[in-house]
Amino acid sequence: MKLLTGNNLTEGYVIWWTGDGWSRHVEEAIDVDDKAEQLAQTEAAACRVNNPYVVEAEPGPNGPVPLHIKERIRATGPTVRPDLLLQPADKSAGSYVI
Amino acid sequence: MYRYDQYDQAIVDARVEEFRDQVARRIAGEMTDDQFKPLRLKNGLYLQLHAYMLRVAIPYGTVNSRQLRVLAHIARTYDRGYGHFTTRQNIQFNWIKLEDTPDILAELAKVEMHAIQTSGESIRNISADQFAGAAADEVCDPRPWAELIRQFTTFHPEFSYLPRKFKIGLTASDNDRAAIKLHDVGLQVLRGSDGEFGFRVYVGGGMGRTPFVAHLIRDYLPAASICSYLEAILRVWNRNGRRDNIHKQRIKILVHDLGAEEFTRQVEEEFAAIQPLGDDIPLAEYERIAAYFVPPPFEQDLSDALDLSDPRFAAWVERNVHAHKQPGYAITTISLKPIGGIPGDVSADQIDLLADLAEQYSFDELRPTHAQNVVLPHVRKADLYAIWQQLEAAGLATANLDLISEMIVCPGLDYCSLANARSIPVAQKIAERFADPARQLDVGELKLKISGCINACGHHHVGHIGILGVDRKGTENFQLLLGGSGAEDATLAKIVGPGFTEDGVVDAVERAVEKYREIRQPGERFLDTYRRVGVEPFKEAIYV
Amino acid sequence: MSDGAPLPSLRFRDDEPADEPAVSLDAFLDQPEAVSVRIEGGDDVRRLAPVLDRLRLVEVDFPRFRDGRGYSSARILREMGYHGELKAVGDVLVDQLLFMRRCGFDSFAPDGPIDTATALRALNHFDFVYQQATDARVPVWKLRHG
Repeated sequence: MKLLTGNNLTEGYVIWWTGDGWSRHVEEAIDVDDKAEQLAQTEAAACRVNNPYVVEAEPGPNGPVPLHIKERIRATGPTVRPDLLLQPADKSAGSYVI
Repeated sequence: MYRYDQYDQAIVDARVEEFRDQVARRIAGEMTDDQFKPLRLKNGLYLQLHAYMLRVAIPYGTVNSRQLRVLAHIARTYDRGYGHFTTRQNIQFNWIKLEDTPDILAELAKVEMHAIQTSGESIRNISADQFAGAAADEVCDPRPWAELIRQFTTFHPEFSYLPRKFKIGLTASDNDRAAIKLHDVGLQVLRGSDGEFGFRVYVGGGMGRTPFVAHLIRDYLPAASICSYLEAILRVWNRNGRRDNIHKQRIKILVHDLGAEEFTRQVEEEFAAIQPLGDDIPLAEYERIAAYFVPPPFEQDLSDALDLSDPRFAAWVERNVHAHKQPGYAITTISLKPIGGIPGDVSADQIDLLADLAEQYSFDELRPTHAQNVVLPHVRKADLYAIWQQLEAAGLATANLDLISEMIVCPGLDYCSLANARSIPVAQKIAERFADPARQLDVGELKLKISGCINACGHHHVGHIGILGVDRKGTENFQLLLGGSGAEDATLAKIVGPGFTEDGVVDAVERAVEKYREIRQPGERFLDTYRRVGVEPFKEAIYV
Repeated sequence: MSDGAPLPSLRFRDDEPADEPAVSLDAFLDQPEAVSVRIEGGDDVRRLAPVLDRLRLVEVDFPRFRDGRGYSSARILREMGYHGELKAVGDVLVDQLLFMRRCGFDSFAPDGPIDTATALRALNHFDFVYQQATDARVPVWKLRHG
C-alpha cells in the first residue's frame, strides 16, 4: 500500500495522510493509491504539509507499517532515545543517561 | 575572544529581521519549499527526519559562558532538553519549530551568536585548532585570521550561490589538530622569512562520496592578501565547478578534473586580476581583531605539581589533559563520548555546567572540537581535581580521549534524512564491547569514525578504523575501512571487504583490534601497525 | 528606482534602455554593430574585454536561481570597467536582489513577478556590509579604520 507523508510546515513534526487530514500517527494513514500526486500538490500549496512524498507500507495489526526502516523511524522516533519516541517507551529513560 | 562592535551587531540583527520576513512569507504560502529551502539553509535550518534542525554557529570553535547559558536555555525552551556538538565545532538542536526560529535567532543575536551559513551551498563555519592560544607548538593564535575570514565570507555577494558547500579550516601548527587537509581550503599560518605572517594554502580536500586529501597550491601567501586569494579560489570554482550533478560539484572535483597544476594556474591568474583592486581587508583590521585574542592574564610562577593519588583522576589526566604553554596550566578535553551514550550530545544541564566551568576555571572560554568534544583551554593544574569531580558528577569525566570508545559518529538514520543506516547503536555496541578501561588503554590510540551514509559526516574516510553504513536491499549493512588519518599525515582509509550486519561489524572491529595486539611492535599504535604490515593480515583475521 | 518602470522588471538607471535585442556572446563578437549581448551561465565574460566600449547592455541569464555563475560574470564585467546596463534575467528571486546589486547588476527582468514592496524591503535590510564589492557601499572595515 502507498502512504502519503511529509512534515508539518510550521512545527516540523512528521505527518501522515488519513483521508480527510493529517495525523502524527501512521496507524491512521490510508492507502492513497494513485491520488498521491494531486493530493501532495493541493496540500503543499495550502501549506498544510511540507515536502510531501509517497512511502510503501504493508498492513499491520494496528494499522499500516512502513516497509523501509527510515520511514519506520520517522513514524516512531529516534531508536536511541526511548524517551523521545512519539509513544515514549519510558518517559524518564533519557534523563540520567546524558 | 572577539566581541561584536556596533557593525557586527547590526548585521546579525538585520539578518534576524530578514529571516523573520522570509519565514512569514513562507508560512503565508508566498514561497514554495523549493524557493524557501536555500534561504532557511543559509540560516542553518534543516528539515530532518523528525523535525526541523537548527545548527548554531560557534565560529572557529570558541564560545563563552554567557553564550553557553543561552544555548542551554534554547535547548530547554525550544527543543527537547539537549544539543549536539558537531564535527565543524558548531552545535545543533534536533526538535526545532519553523515558527520559533526567528525568536531563537533573536535570542542568539543578543549574545553575539547566529546560524548564518551553517548549511546550504554557502561558505560554512571557519574551523580552527581547538588548542589555539594554549598550545606551545603554534606560530600564533590562528583565530584572529579565522575571524577576519569569517567576516569576509559572511554574505559575500558573489559567493552566496555556490555549486556546493565550502569549508575552510585553520591551524597555526605543524601538528594539525583541525584536519585542514580534509577541508575545501586548509590554511596553515606561518611566519615568513621576513618575520611577517603568511599562509600555506591547501585546496580540494573533503570527505563525502569522493574523498580527497587537499593539494598544496601555495607554499607561502602573504597574510595581507588572504581575502583576495580566497576570492580567486572561489571565483575559479564558482565559474567552472560543475552544476549538473550534485555529487560532483565540490571544489575537490574541479581540482581533480583540472589537475592541481592547472587549477593552481587559474587561481594565480585570477588572483593577479583581483588583488590590485583593493578588496583585501587591511592589516589594521587584523590587528584590531587580534587584540581580542591576546593571552589571558595567566598567573605566573604556578607549580606544575599534580596530586595523582586518586587513580580515577589520574587516568583522566593521563588521557584527557594536555600540556599548556604556560607553566602551571593545562589544556583539558572533556569527552562527550560516555560508554553507551550518544557521541557529542549534551543535556541542557550539562551545557550549564560547562558554562560554569569555563567561566570559573578557563578564562570564560570553551572550545568545541571537530571530534565532537569540548575543551577548557586554560586551566590551572591546581584546579584540575575540582573540575574533574564536577565532571564526574555530571557524567562528563570519561577518560577515553583518542581511545577506541571515543569515536566520531554522525547522527545517522536515527535523526538524519540523508542516512542509510543507524550509526549511534553501532557506536554504543563497540563502546560497550571495549568498556573495560584497562583494555582500552592496552589498545591505545585508535580513532574510530562512523558514518551512516556515503556523505561521510562521521569522517569514516579518515578513521584508523572507519565504518560506513549502507542500505543493502532495505536493510542496514556496514562496511569496514582501515588505515585513514585526518591529521597532518592525512590518508584515506580503505575498505577491507564485504559488509557486515550491525553485530557483525562490532565483531569485525574486535577481530581487527585483536590482530593488531597480536602483531604490534613496541610503541606502535593501531595505525602504525597497519601502515607497517598492510591490509592483508587484518583482512585474514577479519574474514576468518 | 526609475518612475514608470513596468512590473515585473526593475531598473536602477537613469538613462534610456538599449532597445536592440541582446545577441549571444559569439554573435556579439562577430557583429561590430551590436550593442547588446546575452551571457549564458557558462560564457566567459572576459571575452568582452576588447569590445567594452561599444557595449550598452549585458543581460546575464540565471537558468536556475541556485546557479550562481552570473554573480561572478557581473562582477568581472564591472571590474573590467564596464559602465553600461547590467541586467539579471531568468530565475531571479527577490531574496537575491541585494547580492545582485552588490555585484553590479542595475536592472532585473525575472521570469516570475517581483512585488515592488518586497523588493525594496529586501534591498534595504542591511545597513552594513562586510566586503568591498562592485557597488558603492563602504565595507565595515573601512568604517572602522577610516
